[in-house]
Amino acid sequence: MTSVSMPANEGVFERAKWWLSDAWVITVRNLRRIPRQPDMLFFITLQPIMFILLFRYVFGGAIEKSLGGESYAQFLMPGIFVQTVLFGSVGTTGIGIADDMKRGIIDRFRSLPMSRTSVLLGRTLADVALNALTVAIMVAVGLAIGFRFEGSFLDSVLAIAMLLFFGFAFSWVAAFIGLLVKSVEAAQSGGFIWLFPLTFASSAFVPTEDMPSWLQAFADNNPVTIVINALRAWFNGTPVGSDGWLSLAWTVGIIAVFAPLAVWKFRRASTQ
Amino acid sequence: MDKSPQDGPAIIVEDLVKTYGKQRALDGLSFTGEQGQVLGVLGPNGAGKTTAVRILSTLLSADSGRASVCGVDVAKHPQRVRKLIGLTGQYAAVDEFLTGWENLEMMGRLFRMPAKAARARADELLERFELVDAGKRAVKTYSGGMRRRLDIAASLVARPQVMFLDEPTTGLDPHSRIEMWKVISELVADGTTMLLTTQYLEEADQLANQIIVIDHGRLIASGTATELKASVGGERLEVVVGGAAEVQAARGALHHITGEEPIVDEEAASLRVPVRGGATILPAVIRALDDAEVTLKDLAITRPTLDDVFLTLTGHAAEADSTSDASEGAQQ
Ligand SMILES: Nc1ncnc2c1ncn2[C@@H]1O[C@H](COP(=O)(O)OP(=O)(O)OP(=O)(O)O)[C@@H](O)[C@H]1O
Ligand SMILES: [Mg+2]
Repeated sequence: MTSVSMPANEGVFERAKWWLSDAWVITVRNLRRIPRQPDMLFFITLQPIMFILLFRYVFGGAIEKSLGGESYAQFLMPGIFVQTVLFGSVGTTGIGIADDMKRGIIDRFRSLPMSRTSVLLGRTLADVALNALTVAIMVAVGLAIGFRFEGSFLDSVLAIAMLLFFGFAFSWVAAFIGLLVKSVEAAQSGGFIWLFPLTFASSAFVPTEDMPSWLQAFADNNPVTIVINALRAWFNGTPVGSDGWLSLAWTVGIIAVFAPLAVWKFRRASTQ
Repeated sequence: MDKSPQDGPAIIVEDLVKTYGKQRALDGLSFTGEQGQVLGVLGPNGAGKTTAVRILSTLLSADSGRASVCGVDVAKHPQRVRKLIGLTGQYAAVDEFLTGWENLEMMGRLFRMPAKAARARADELLERFELVDAGKRAVKTYSGGMRRRLDIAASLVARPQVMFLDEPTTGLDPHSRIEMWKVISELVADGTTMLLTTQYLEEADQLANQIIVIDHGRLIASGTATELKASVGGERLEVVVGGAAEVQAARGALHHITGEEPIVDEEAASLRVPVRGGATILPAVIRALDDAEVTLKDLAITRPTLDDVFLTLTGHAAEADSTSDASEGAQQ
């Protein structure tokens, strides 16, 4: 009696293909929006530049003394990279999702025969691109204040890839939070709070040895510290040790937990 | 997509219930919408119109009851339903930062059209909705009417068999509203099955073949505009006379001519009485009132509007203040 003609069941391969295709369409949509919000772009790039300059010149002199010869610029940049990428992910993904949910566009997406979760993947992928842009700007500023790629070309590529992948993982955390809070204002304030202890209680700006022992215990096991230490090794051309694998494990682990949570929340939010 | 006609109504809603906490948004709603026709869903604020549309378009799941589109159950096979429908929600669902063209092209791609077909369809729709120039600009620069047109275009990208339009003209100025009516009439002429919700009785009267009236999540009436009006009663003669003193004389004269007892409003010095035969009765009325030495201040034959229908059925008038809150969605 139905006039609908379609395959009873798309194969797994077919489904995966459409999932990626849909995600790509959404990614393009999000990328197109970026240059049309120049004010947002301005602040997204200005903030890390400000951080680099402030840390380098305000704290640099004091902190350099406890570094045992390493230049603070070299020490600081991996930390600033990770911090900026995390704030970038959480900011653009969390606020972007909360904003989308509030607008009718998500309802439109949900009424289409597309795969639901590609909306989330399209968002997190576009934010990787945005992070890549800020990283490029930071590298330029970093080079100007004395940061150098001391390792091999492969080491440097590995470091940047790890950095962006780590940011991608945090985009999923942010997506989950953005779906949880629903209002853009809440995503803006509440969405960030937890990032401060995570990034400051790490090896990002100061060596953890100078922290009180209870804080050092936290900081040393903080995934942010692990990733930053791996990045430092790759940038400095020193052996990365277990930090490389641990960084990857943490990143995959965060995605494995938060991507399903975000998808679940997205599905739920869509039928209420 | 296969468009061969099928037997049975295009839209079937059976005993739908949806509650939000204690609030029963839908309370056992049932209705059907025929293939190739426009079903007008009329109801005041909070009647449950949007809730019903959201369930039919797979955005929301009902607590109980069944709904199907072209014979496909919305709860069991949502993905199939999505291939059949086009949705234009109450609030414009287009991306502000994309251009009109980019919005349409994106929809085509998400409907899984090949890239080239999606681009061609975007061009075609911009032309059809007179948005060719605007199509190159970001949607945030559009007027409310343009945004609505683009929104409808976006839901037409994949040539849906059934369209849901949730209050397509709420918040539009009279000019844009007429324009929107034209657009909708053209779609109807193309044979698209449509469910259109509205608070404007005039709109349902203009556009819909079949009208259902809902209030508090329940169906309270259904039929064609003519049938609904007839259910309220036929034509009435309204007379305003010179003063309270003349009312009794006028009452006698009208009773004599129509054989019905007029409803009298002494203060306004007005009388209303059901009549048959339309304007042909007027000369006799005028003569009789003149003979009774009644000064005639106003005289009219009125046919019931859907407003009367509404008032009779719901016990309250269709709310007029609804435009203020409904237009917010279109703003930044
Ligand atoms: N998400 C929600 N949470 C709680 N209550 C809701 C929700 N959505 C709708 N309602 C309630 O359900 C009832 C029906 O709402 P619905 O939006 O379907 O009405 P409507 O006929 O579309 O009204 P309007 O003309 O104002 O658009 C209302 O009383 C409304 O307050
Ligand atoms: Mg509504």
